[in-house]
This record gives sequence, structure tokens and C-alpha cells, in this order.
Amino acid sequence: MALQDKYKELTDAAAASGVNNLQIREQDKVLYIDGEATGTVKQQLWDIYEKLDPDYSSGDLMLNINSVAGVTDGAKLKVTTNNSNLNIRSGPSTNDEIVGKAARHEIITLLRKENDQWWYVKTDDGEEGYCYTQYLTPVL
Amino acid sequence: MKRTLQLCVILFASVLVLGAMSCKKKLKDTDIQASIEAVLSADADMRSTMVTVQDGVATISGECKDEACKAKCEAAVAKVEGVKSVVNNCTVAPPPAVVPPVNDALSQAVADAVKDFPGVQTSLTDGVLTLTGEIKRSDLQSLMQRLNALKSMGITKIESSGLIKK
Repeated sequence: MALQDKYKELTDAAAASGVNNLQIREQDKVLYIDGEATGTVKQQLWDIYEKLDPDYSSGDLMLNINSVAGVTDGAKLKVTTNNSNLNIRSGPSTNDEIVGKAARHEIITLLRKENDQWWYVKTDDGEEGYCYTQYLTPVL
Repeated sequence: MKRTLQLCVILFASVLVLGAMSCKKKLKDTDIQASIEAVLSADADMRSTMVTVQDGVATISGECKDEACKAKCEAAVAKVEGVKSVVNNCTVAPPPAVVPPVNDALSQAVADAVKDFPGVQTSLTDGVLTLTGEIKRSDLQSLMQRLNALKSMGITKIESSGLIKK
């Protein structure tokens, strides 16, 4: 079965839900879906992916939906860790020293984006440093 | 008789001269060693080396910062009076840590992404990320979201069939 068919439900949903800059491309037996969407749409798409390939074990899809592309400097962010505090680090990698912590569900401020994985943030207590973006959700 | 005496004097004198000459040539090993140590300790590059001398053969050991330093030590020791030859056992300090590969940023990004999933191992070859080890099923989607986001950094395929989901 061609990949485009296998993941048709996913690509249709991406198109229907208004993913910005949506790109769908197949190369070397891998389907690439790229685009920008809200966190809610991103989650819907991932749930469809999981339904089609419950173990994510086919190795034939890269789903790269950026839900934070539209977040601008100064935006408020909620710490959405599973249950722990979020580390604030001196540099944009887990090799860098932990210089502070933000509590779960604390609201912090984006000062600037280092890259898609690491943002430079400031807490209301004045702690500044780099946090992993997967644990930050923009407050709308 | 007088001639014999003359001969004796000449002989004695020549023994003295020869003796003095050979004495001058044959310095004591301990003295040579002291001279060498003075030379080595005077130079910051050579200070961490050591020397032993036996029968005029100087053996230097210790760590030099590079090959040039090692050669410099040998040349300096060879010039010291009384040294017949030099055995250079100096080692050269290993070069600083291997220069990280070009995709180091990507490797680090992968390490960051899997940090909170300690059971997961990764290997990265030409953009293909292979996952092994094990993960809780409830964590799987979160891990895959992070890794899929690394496409923009150069991951082209994620091979996770070897990852055990519990």
C-alpha cells in the first residue's frame, strides 16, 4: 500500500484543520508531513498517527507539526511537565547546568527562541535561562 | 741509568696527561644527571620530564606536550657534557578530545529529547535514528513528537521497531 494511502486519514485531517505551510512529500519510502498548527490540532494529528500505527514502528512517517511557530517573544508560557518541576538551564542543552526550576503549571515569559527545542525564558521570580520547549505551552 | 730515569719521567708524565684527559671525558653519571636536570628544569616545556644516566647514556622519560617538545628535550639532553647518547622514552600527551562530528548539534538534540526516557537508547547514522531499549507505552507518543520535531535538524527516518513498548 502506498504511503499516501496508508496515511490518507492523517493528511486529509491536516488539510482540513488548516495546518499552515502544510507540505506532504514522499521520499525513499518515508512520508514527510510538515506544517504549523495549534497545539490542539497537533495533538489531534498525533492521535490519528497513533491509531494508524499504534507502535510507531513502521519507520515510514515523519510528522513534524510545529505548534509553537507563531509564539512571539514576550509571550506567556505555561509549564506543562507531567508531574515534576521544569529545569531552567544556563545553555540550550541538557549538558548545561541547571540554574533554576519552574514549577508545574507556573506561568513564565518567553524572552527569545534559541531554536525549536530550547527557549530562553524568565520566571516571575526573575530566574532566567533555557527551557525545553516540549514542556511549555503558550497561554492564549 | 740517567736515560732510564728520563724515560720513566716521560712515561709518568704521559700517564698523568692521559689520566687527566680520560678523567675529563668520563664524568660521573650522577654529575651528568645533575647537569641534565638543571637544563630540563630551566624550561617550562621540559619540566615534567625525568632523566636517569648510566655509563653516559641518558634515558629521559615523562610526558611532553607534543612531538616538537619531545625532540627539543632530546636535543637539549644530548648537548649536556658527558652524555654519550640519549634514549628518549618521553610520551606525548594525547591530543585534546576528538573533535566532535559535524552533526554534533543533532546528536545533542537527540540526547536532550530522550533524556526523560532513561530506558531508551539511540544510534544515529546518516540521518536515520534507530531506537532500542524499552519505554512505557504512555510515554511513546511524547518521545515520538520530540524526535519527529528534529526533522528540521536533519533526521530523515526513525526506526523504532526494536524499541520494546511496555
